[in-house]
Amino acid sequence: MDPKDAQIILATDCGSTTTKAILIERRGDGYRLVCRGEAPTTVEAPFEDVTIGVLNAVAEVEELSGRKLVADGSIIRPARGDVGTDLYLSTSSAGGGLQIMVVGLVRRMTAESAERAALGAGAIVMDTLALDDGRRPHERIERLRQLRPDMVLISGGVDGGERRRVVEMAELVAAANPEARLGAKYQLPAIYAGNVDNREAIRETLGSATALSIVDNLRPAPERENLGPTRSEIQELFLHHVMAQAPGYSKLVPWTDADIMPTPAAVGNIIQTIAAAESLNVVGVDIGGATTDVFSVFDGQFNRTVSANLGMSYSISNVFAETGLDNLQRWLADPVDAEEFSQSVRNKMIRPTTIPQRLLGLKMEQAVAREALRLAFEQHKLLATGLKGVQKHRDIADAFSQEVTGETLIDMMSLDLLVGSGGVLSHTPRRAQAALMLIDAFLPEGVTRLAVDSIFMMPQLGVLAQVHPEAAREVFQRDCLIPLGVCVAPRGADREGAPCVRVTVEGAGQTQSAEVRCGEMKVLPLVTGTEGTLVVEPARGFDVGQGRGRSLTTTVLGGVLGVVVDARGRPLQWAKTPEARREQVKRWAEALDAYPS
Amino acid sequence: MGHAYTPGLRVTERTVLHKVRRLPIPGKVHVQPGDIVTAAQVVASTELPGSVTTLNVAREMNCQPDEVPGLMTKAEGDRVTAGEVLAESKALWGLFHSFVRSPLSGTIESISEVTGQVLLRGEPTPVNLEAFVDGRVIEIRGQETVVIACSCAYLQGIFGLGGEAYGPVRVLCSSPEAALAAEMLDESCAGQVVVGGAYADIGALRRAIEVKAAAVVVGGLSDSAVDELLGYHLGVAVTGHEALGTTLIMTEGFGRIPMAERSYRLLAAHEGQQASVSGATQIRAGVIRPEIVISRPPTELEDTAVEAAKEGMLELGCPIRLIREPYFGLLGEVVALPEEPQPIETEALVRVLVAKLADGREVTVPRANVELIEQ
Repeated sequence: MDPKDAQIILATDCGSTTTKAILIERRGDGYRLVCRGEAPTTVEAPFEDVTIGVLNAVAEVEELSGRKLVADGSIIRPARGDVGTDLYLSTSSAGGGLQIMVVGLVRRMTAESAERAALGAGAIVMDTLALDDGRRPHERIERLRQLRPDMVLISGGVDGGERRRVVEMAELVAAANPEARLGAKYQLPAIYAGNVDNREAIRETLGSATALSIVDNLRPAPERENLGPTRSEIQELFLHHVMAQAPGYSKLVPWTDADIMPTPAAVGNIIQTIAAAESLNVVGVDIGGATTDVFSVFDGQFNRTVSANLGMSYSISNVFAETGLDNLQRWLADPVDAEEFSQSVRNKMIRPTTIPQRLLGLKMEQAVAREALRLAFEQHKLLATGLKGVQKHRDIADAFSQEVTGETLIDMMSLDLLVGSGGVLSHTPRRAQAALMLIDAFLPEGVTRLAVDSIFMMPQLGVLAQVHPEAAREVFQRDCLIPLGVCVAPRGADREGAPCVRVTVEGAGQTQSAEVRCGEMKVLPLVTGTEGTLVVEPARGFDVGQGRGRSLTTTVLGGVLGVVVDARGRPLQWAKTPEARREQVKRWAEALDAYPS
Repeated sequence: MGHAYTPGLRVTERTVLHKVRRLPIPGKVHVQPGDIVTAAQVVASTELPGSVTTLNVAREMNCQPDEVPGLMTKAEGDRVTAGEVLAESKALWGLFHSFVRSPLSGTIESISEVTGQVLLRGEPTPVNLEAFVDGRVIEIRGQETVVIACSCAYLQGIFGLGGEAYGPVRVLCSSPEAALAAEMLDESCAGQVVVGGAYADIGALRRAIEVKAAAVVVGGLSDSAVDELLGYHLGVAVTGHEALGTTLIMTEGFGRIPMAERSYRLLAAHEGQQASVSGATQIRAGVIRPEIVISRPPTELEDTAVEAAKEGMLELGCPIRLIREPYFGLLGEVVALPEEPQPIETEALVRVLVAKLADGREVTVPRANVELIEQ
């Protein structure tokens, strides 16, 4: 069946701990989510068969929807009346996802391009080895042996360029003879995507030690990246080598109507689909227990990063260590004892499924979330850059100052949509808490739409977007995203209380307007589903995208909060003393009615 | 009824444990199914390949990479000893020699004419895998895995540091509420599994290491003491490789928390008996918790049923441990299990239960914040 003709679509995401299934149906007004089911993932002992978890999650969907989907331990296709589905699709990050070791020549050039290729394909980069990584050869070999990746990606040398050093790095890989993570009985897949002149030498070096595949150079010239062939090969190997070793996948693969995608690759796919369809600049974040993924599309350029040790449960203690107590405490309106804070973070780490019962406990977790998001976004900005190592010639005025490029592509003023997902953002008791966490961590500038993923179905919609982008887009906009509203944040800073911005919103038959002073936040309600005209008039010295002091008129969509005006300054202006800071945080939360009083 | 979100830690007087012992890479298994083994007995062994060192011979000899194979005095696979000549060149009718000597003993792994590099592999490291528990071998898997059935008293902790250790159980605190103090530990604790009560401070932990205690088991630890002992901030709970000299196991959580009465009584009942302990903890998919195994004679295996892994079910009357503030560390029993989700102080709508605490109070808590105490 042509996927475009599908009336009923079933999609699952096999995560590390939970397998989530969604059922989508085509109705008069297009594709809509019917229901969702979940069950524990069954990749590990004692079950060791991923399809058990899939069928359990689908059984919950059957129960909720009344549609029979499973017979004889398999998914019924195609749909007939109240039975079966036309399409079945799946993503997977079970067993820790796709783990790749990257080898390149220069840390900030070919190795970084290789990292971008691996991350874009949905992988976790375990480590990056490069000539200038400061390690000695035997340390690199030791690292390769210790980590047991799912595959190794080797890049290095532009076409026609450096040869010897690339082979030298490949020799290290051969010497390490790393074992594949999922079973010692198959050869470790390796991809070579470096200087084309080296292919023969690489074949000789690695041909017998690994299951080698060779693709086009991912950095054929200093000023050009070609990541597509490497990303495709990574996903191909993931499906046919890595997944083939994972328990039960040999059964699951023939059930699906499209290739199983690594979960983060699917999330990247839906974000790119949305960005392309509406010509938007988008940032998406998924904050989990162990890791935080950040995705961005700016001017059509997609980037993804994984912050492997920034998360809300397994890695929560690491967030504490990386950011420090002061950075966490600044987000709290109540003083909290240092020992109490750190002890409660550690106890969350060892009992990750517990939830805060006290309001202060919730605020403490949300403070950690702000810092995890902020740090993950900082890391993202460092990798989402133009190509480094390219000398850009400038005009005559500064002919003597050639600049090494590689500035970040992230421009907060041109960001159109910021989407948050993950338990700490999707399950807040009040949506204003999610909005405030996103604004505090990402500090958007100008006018930016904010949304959260209601039940984290971006992975399933991402894999659907491969075969039916329209259906994926419809469900994404109607059932997946909860619009929080828009954030209006002028760039610039002045003393507290100085005039900052005047905002007027016309919509749903009424006009509201507010003068907002420096240091304040204010909300102008605009309900979900309504469209409004927003007029922003910044004070002198403040910019909302049109230049300092220049007004902006635009159309905006409503949300749970409406229009949130953030006049706290960019960069955010903190008070000097802890007491005054606590007072600030209290005022900001009150402005958004974020917590019960 | 309902699910407990956090599986309870096992604390049981009598069970049969199937302990899976696995080499890091295939090697030789020294036992057969049916064999009776003791905890410290080596059941399998292997050799980890030695570490690899690179030697840039082309640079050392000042020649082109493709000339290197012709200058080598050793071939790939040959054994070399430290200081032995690997490559030699002669110039000016043999009057001047230049040499490259091996920096280590091992074998020649490869000689590259592309890069001029020689890779040397050092001597292998032997790995001996011990049984860890007394019991009977019930299964051998390939050349790397041995499964041992062990009749035992068994106790899981919530978090630990350090690897496997053995020793007799020695209870030093008179109650589960008492703290373990440095002055309670002396040289007689060497090689023993020391049981404290509610807490051990940094002084007590340092003293335990100084007197070479095999392990310390307590209710809670302060997180700053853990960091101080490790010398770094523990960011992710994957442990077991810390070289502290003494294995640490806490049974309840971070902070000053009395050890659960049941755990304390079980350990006290086995005072003087040999225990196998491991601090290895991994809190991700495929959870590993630290454990204390007090083996019984293998002859008791037939009398003890194997316990299947149970899914924790909350029922009225179940003993539970509360694992989050404001009741963290308290014990109680389930007195009500309302079906419908209810709002809690944070305004979150969650499934809750009502627990009767040991002091008689009845409190409502999210089901996610309790742990079953397994019987």
